[in-house]
Amino acid sequence: MTRTDIQPREDREPQPAPDFKTDLLALVPFLRAFARSLTGNYESADDLVQETLVKAWQSRDTFELGTNLKAWLFTILRNQFYSDRRRAWRQAPWDQDAAERMPGTSQDQNWAADLSDTARALKLLPDEQREALILVGAGGFSYMDAASIVKCNVGTVKSRVARARKALLAILDKQDSLPQRQRPDEGEAARDIMAQLDALSSAHEPEAPARRRKKGHAG
Amino acid sequence: MSKDETPDGGKARAIRARQRAIGRELRRMYDGVVNEPVPDDFMDLLRKMDDGEAPSDEKKKSS
Repeated sequence: MTRTDIQPREDREPQPAPDFKTDLLALVPFLRAFARSLTGNYESADDLVQETLVKAWQSRDTFELGTNLKAWLFTILRNQFYSDRRRAWRQAPWDQDAAERMPGTSQDQNWAADLSDTARALKLLPDEQREALILVGAGGFSYMDAASIVKCNVGTVKSRVARARKALLAILDKQDSLPQRQRPDEGEAARDIMAQLDALSSAHEPEAPARRRKKGHAG
Repeated sequence: MSKDETPDGGKARAIRARQRAIGRELRRMYDGVVNEPVPDDFMDLLRKMDDGEAPSDEKKKSS
């Protein structure tokens, strides 16, 4: 679509509106992908992206031109996701487990339409590891940008990504060793694996994952 | 357990190969969503924002 498509009939505000809006629209696909990875669910992901666009629009004055708009939007989206989830927790304090799954993660609607083993295993990772892995490993963000999105330092992101990779591998290996239908409680298995990995990684320095993707969309 | 237990080098290589496969799969999932057509809702939402006042809670179209 062209810029004129989203031009208002009357534009009298001296805002940088059209450009900003065009940029927002161009980034929607990436926001949807990140949202899908967070919520695990098509609809709540798209709701989340819409909330993000509204928030971004409302605070467009705080965006510093020349900085990474994509990272800025991802930050908003992630904040929104966690604050929605906290609200869900408050609303359903009697069922922490259900609340935890609330903004998405339905069993049958995976964030990638297909229910690959990797997608399923990904859902078993702790949030902080999953988001770090997605941002860096799939989204093409630099460790630096990922760190600013999740608000921690670069070293922490590196270690989360490394642990996420290790955990995914361990989960997948464990799954592979069982026939599909007698995979017991995946959550249980994952907690088990995570505990083991935690014990391991407190002893070792996390390995620095090789940079293997330079063409990232994130710039 | 009947896996060919090569010395550490081979094993590490095998792990790296699997890690790469997982990395490809992650990107495939992510890019799969990126490449989906964007529903009109998003354009509609942005268009409404043109009107100056931000649509406060626009995304709750119904509920």
